[in-house]
Amino acid sequence: MEIVRPDLYTPEEADIAEGKLINSFIENCTSPIPDPDRWLDEEIHRNILLTSLDMAVAWARQRSIFPLIFGTACCAFEMIGASGPRFDLPRFGMDIIRFSPRQADVMLITGTITWKMATAAKMIYDQMPEPKWVIAVGACAISGGTFRESYSVVPGINRILPVDVYVPGCPPRPEAMIYGITRLHAKIVKGTIDNPGLSLNKEGKETR
Amino acid sequence: MTTALNGEELAKKIAEAVPGSVVSSDKSSIIIDGKSLLQVAEHFKNKLGFDYLTAVTGVDYIDYFEVVYRVVSMQHNQSIFLKARCYTREDPALPSVTPVWRAAYYQEREIYDLLGIKFEGHPYLKRLLLWEGFNGYPLRRDYL
Repeated sequence: MEIVRPDLYTPEEADIAEGKLINSFIENCTSPIPDPDRWLDEEIHRNILLTSLDMAVAWARQRSIFPLIFGTACCAFEMIGASGPRFDLPRFGMDIIRFSPRQADVMLITGTITWKMATAAKMIYDQMPEPKWVIAVGACAISGGTFRESYSVVPGINRILPVDVYVPGCPPRPEAMIYGITRLHAKIVKGTIDNPGLSLNKEGKETR
Repeated sequence: MTTALNGEELAKKIAEAVPGSVVSSDKSSIIIDGKSLLQVAEHFKNKLGFDYLTAVTGVDYIDYFEVVYRVVSMQHNQSIFLKARCYTREDPALPSVTPVWRAAYYQEREIYDLLGIKFEGHPYLKRLLLWEGFNGYPLRRDYL
């Protein structure tokens, strides 16, 4: 699904173009993107998949993740708390929180995503350089949460973006968020150079 | 603390100033006929000194839509609820009070967006929260 930026200039025409884009999102994003789960199988794949170069690159990647904040609701405050001195997110190498997607590695989606915001989320995700990962934090980002049946809320951000780690909670404690980040580290270690995110194709198989 | 005026007493004065405008009244509110709403609003602002509109609310009572205006007089420290009803479900319309109280601008746009009540005379009546091409009015009781 391509994002076509409207090249129209009056506000009314831009709004109509935005409305068409949002409606096309609602029509197209009906089923969730499949999650890769083979990396959860601890011992079997480690020796088969990884070469020593892969391991070195993954080690470097794992310890220097720059997060991009995408805080849209109350879970964002837990993320702020996690990055503060008490829970100290920088000890995981997430020292510099980036506000530009072009410098970020992992997108922390913290909060409810409405259909109107989904277009922006997709656009920001497309601007991030590879390799990139997504952590969905909180019930709303994972499944829509309380607002799942609502007219304006995306029932799960995994309909729009491929999600690597889900952190449940409403909102999750900063410890839960840190546990999710350590799980992301575990996933990055399993990744290879040509497929760092262990992403799946449409048939649900790993693209290798 | 703002004194809430008795609607029944105030309704008599309004009925004298703008004949045929008051439909009914109770202790806290006055229900105004939709046709003379703008006239009543001007009377409230210019003659009675109610210069501050704190909230506009749209309510769906299934039989009719009601729009509630809470107006406050900063000068006299008094407040009153004005209400206007429209009984059609298809294409309900009321006169806009934005020319009188500028504060109604965004709230009337929001009511138009979510309840579908058209405010005639609004300078820029356009969707506020939802996107263009959204079907239906989500805050109506018969939505979904």
